[in-house]
Amino acid sequence: MSYIIEGKTGDWEVVIGLEIHAQIISQSKLFSGAATAFGAGPNTQVSLVDAAMPGMLPVINEECVRQAVKTGLGLKAKINLHSVFERKNYFYADLPQGYQISQYAEPVVGEGTVVLDMPDGGSREIGIERLHMEQDAGKSMHDQDPKRTFVDLNRSGVALMEIVSKPDLRTPEEAGIYLRKVRSIVRYLGTCDGNMEEGSMRADVNVSVRKTGETELRTRTEIKNLNSVRFVMKAIEHEAQRQVQAYDNGEEVVQETRLYDSQKGETRSMRSKEFAHDYRYFPDPDLLPVELTEDEVEAIRASLPELPDETKQRLMDDFGLTPYDAGVLVAEKETVAFFEAVVEECGDPKLAANWVINQMPRELKRSGKSIENSPVSPQNFGKLLNFVLNDTVSTSAANTVIGIMYVDGDDPVAIIKDKGLEQITDSGEIEAAVDQVIAGNPDQVADFQGGNEKAIGWFVGQVMKSTGGKANPKMVNELLRTKLKG
Amino acid sequence: MSLDKNDVKKIAFLARIRVPEEALEPLAGELSNIIGWVEQLSEVETEGVAPMTSVADMTWPRRADTVSDGDCAADVLANATDPEIPSGDANVGGFYTVPKVVE
Amino acid sequence: MSTPAPTELTDLTITAAADGMAKGDFSSEELTQAHLGAMEIAAGLNAFITPTPDLALERAKESDARRATGDAQGPMDGIPIAVKDLFCTDGVLTTAGSHILDGFKPPYESTVTTNLRDAGAVMLGKTNLDEFAMGSANVTSYYGPVKNPWKGNDGKDLVPGGSSGGSAAAVAARIALGATGTDTGGSIRQPASFSGIVGLKPTYGRCSRWGIVAFASSLDQAGPLTRSVADAAHMLGAMAGHDPKDSTSAPIPVPDFAAGLDAGVKGLKVGIPKEYTLDGMPPEIEALWTQGMDWLKDQGCECVEVSLPHTKYALPAYYIVAPAEASSNLARYDGVRYGLSLDGDSLDEMYEATRGEGFGDEVRRRVLIGTYVLSAGYYDAYYIKAQRVRTLIADDFRKVFEDVDVLLTPTAPSAAFAIGEKMDDPVAMYLNDVFTVPASMAGLPAISVPAGLDANGLPLGLHLIAKPFDEETLLRVAQSLEDAAGFTARPGATP
Ligand SMILES: [Mg+2]
Ligand SMILES: [Zn+2]
Repeated sequence: MSYIIEGKTGDWEVVIGLEIHAQIISQSKLFSGAATAFGAGPNTQVSLVDAAMPGMLPVINEECVRQAVKTGLGLKAKINLHSVFERKNYFYADLPQGYQISQYAEPVVGEGTVVLDMPDGGSREIGIERLHMEQDAGKSMHDQDPKRTFVDLNRSGVALMEIVSKPDLRTPEEAGIYLRKVRSIVRYLGTCDGNMEEGSMRADVNVSVRKTGETELRTRTEIKNLNSVRFVMKAIEHEAQRQVQAYDNGEEVVQETRLYDSQKGETRSMRSKEFAHDYRYFPDPDLLPVELTEDEVEAIRASLPELPDETKQRLMDDFGLTPYDAGVLVAEKETVAFFEAVVEECGDPKLAANWVINQMPRELKRSGKSIENSPVSPQNFGKLLNFVLNDTVSTSAANTVIGIMYVDGDDPVAIIKDKGLEQITDSGEIEAAVDQVIAGNPDQVADFQGGNEKAIGWFVGQVMKSTGGKANPKMVNELLRTKLKG
Repeated sequence: MSLDKNDVKKIAFLARIRVPEEALEPLAGELSNIIGWVEQLSEVETEGVAPMTSVADMTWPRRADTVSDGDCAADVLANATDPEIPSGDANVGGFYTVPKVVE
Repeated sequence: MSTPAPTELTDLTITAAADGMAKGDFSSEELTQAHLGAMEIAAGLNAFITPTPDLALERAKESDARRATGDAQGPMDGIPIAVKDLFCTDGVLTTAGSHILDGFKPPYESTVTTNLRDAGAVMLGKTNLDEFAMGSANVTSYYGPVKNPWKGNDGKDLVPGGSSGGSAAAVAARIALGATGTDTGGSIRQPASFSGIVGLKPTYGRCSRWGIVAFASSLDQAGPLTRSVADAAHMLGAMAGHDPKDSTSAPIPVPDFAAGLDAGVKGLKVGIPKEYTLDGMPPEIEALWTQGMDWLKDQGCECVEVSLPHTKYALPAYYIVAPAEASSNLARYDGVRYGLSLDGDSLDEMYEATRGEGFGDEVRRRVLIGTYVLSAGYYDAYYIKAQRVRTLIADDFRKVFEDVDVLLTPTAPSAAFAIGEKMDDPVAMYLNDVFTVPASMAGLPAISVPAGLDANGLPLGLHLIAKPFDEETLLRVAQSLEDAAGFTARPGATP
């Protein structure tokens, strides 16, 4: 997959790295006992620690550390048994302490790897640079009042993992696949809910361009706080184009923080925030270094669930699925769980894969539901597939049934009975219908017998029509062939 | 190492402390004095010495992940300069406010 | 039995007052009234920023009620104390001696003052201090300087030392039986020495820092200022204890510090660090130090010369580490959530105006130094270098404590000086803490015991340093120094 921007001065490639901020799933904040739940009244989920009252002190939430380690293991990364929280000092309205407690020189997780499933069925490895824990900031609202900005500290102190990739990504699409893959991994692990609309996951994107063939990296810019896969991809496209144009026009690209304007489809400089940044990191003297033991890490490792790459391999090995089908199924852990329950019921993984990949999303979309609140249980889904397998219903009838299941009720037995959709498998009844069609269409019979074998399809259609779609197509086909060939 | 007026201006902005123009010069002198004095540390051989992170000879205390705090918006907002309390009852929440930030 | 006169009540030690209340000689309310009266008479010392007489009487009555039902809590129950205005106190103005905390009434109570309250202590008020505890003379407070109740022969107003100057003055002037202080580089011990009282800085981690306005987190430690070693032991016992809200609070039990005080010091080995002999140190201080060694030898200690080779560098290292931490700790004072707030057209202007106005000269100096030593390009050269030196200082102590039980040094290089002196030379002011800072850098417990007077009639203290969490030995040796010194001089009684 190559992504080349043709500039006036030659061909350019894009170099991309992502910093993903993922909210750790925990009941309470990283350093205080205040709740983390989304959507509470302003400043109601704030402790005096989060509000940086004089004399307040942080205490580390051990579950957040465990979650970060778990994520590190899921990213096949090195776990650092010794890590240190430092203060990142800067002034801002949503940062009550005047510093963010973060990890800097010694993060809890070191280098790792994420495997991307590419659309062509191949795969690509992207390096992880590090993962560190840090506090989230509060929320500023600028549009409530003409003169004032309102500040809500409910998010202040919520635990985040910052997952930093190496600059290994080369196309906007890869960046999107990478972000989805990391999201999938943390969701499998249960360490982040991956909900980008609620801000549980957002990305800063580092973009630079260079002439094809160059090996050195050029100046990069950082686009902050992108909250959807689409915006990440769009922002990269725009930013890469902008940089190429700059170079083509003989201008420099300056290292800076930029903002993506999704309305205008452009990135723009945040010069105001750029002025005189000097974060003055130093180890937080209110906290002690985080020390983990090998045993603790091993216990966490032992508790890891199966991850998407392993599940994918298992689906290929055990069920003979194609890499593509397996990849689609494992992208969301809910999908693969549903799929496995369907297979349990019907026993035909390929049919199940086909239907879960194609029919299920279509029907969910049509009924406005998501898989988390699927109106159809995997058992009933599988039951329906069983009826297809044992010829109780035809595929086309099954498609009708599933549409009804997602809207009106999910019992396929009742629907089939109610709509009279059982297949006719009584050979006498089918034979009568076949005879009737043959007798009524001598011209078409002659055509077939004259060598046009394809005409068989027309006959099948006629018989199905006359039986209201209920005749078993295989039996119809066989009978027609026997009788027409005479 | 001595600091000049501009150095003082720069760090004063980093620290968000307004220093009147006429105070910059004398302050630069005072700070240079102090910095000059602490620079005697360069006499100390510290090759291979780990910087101290804490004198507390103990392991990090761990807090269990339970909600044990918060839900005290009235306390949180009690000393605020210019809070915005939509319902008039700080117990159900409200905002701190600052001069409008343009992003 | 006749009730002692108020002046006699204010002259008691905590130990004696507790006895008197236990015997029913007087009530906590009477004791408290006597001290509130003394507070009014001595208002000119400016020792208190916020007196809390109503609260004090209320708590005194509660104490008397407990005693009446046999529920008295121990030696601190009913004892009137003063609280340094660096401890957050629920609903009571807490200023840290700074303009920037104007009007701040915390909706919470520090762990140490909660512990004291639970032990029955009666808070008389909040004492004056150097702004954010940054100072050695109590001259940097927004609320004005504190006067030392002692006066020299020349009659000048003297500093009480700092930063816990208001607490030291209150205890020395018989306004409070004891007071809380905090010590970052000597802020309990140096004012104790200047004021002729006992000041104890416990091991870092012994008292919780939760609810104490932070100056330098890796150094700050609360402790008592009292008029006797036994009182310090009782008061520390009430203040100390593990606090899960402070990650640096040690999870170890609190011993009965007063229990072994009189066990004697026979056989203990006392280290005399040779690096504590300074050029130009007043001969009286040298002499007092030697006297201290003799007192301890007389009681069966062995005194040996030891070496702490990095002593000289403790003070400059401290003046990098402490301002660095302070520059970050004080970033929260931004005019939004509490305290002083000045208008500004933008966020940055509001911050700059508020902090420019709200911080005094010394705080501004230290915040700027701290900002500088942490900033890009200087971090390794200053901050990391200082923390490496700090490791060496701690190692020095570790090594000598393999050999000795305590160290004996002077507390301060001089007696109290006049208000207004050393004001134009920050470094000269910093040198006040030259003997106290090394123990702070290593987190060790240390105590100043009043031991004699200088030629000007001003008190001088001797300083003991012990191993981590060995306050018991520290107090035991302090007790024997106190016994030997027989220090009975009192302010106002000097010629
Ligand atoms: Mg980042
Ligand atoms: Zn971050």
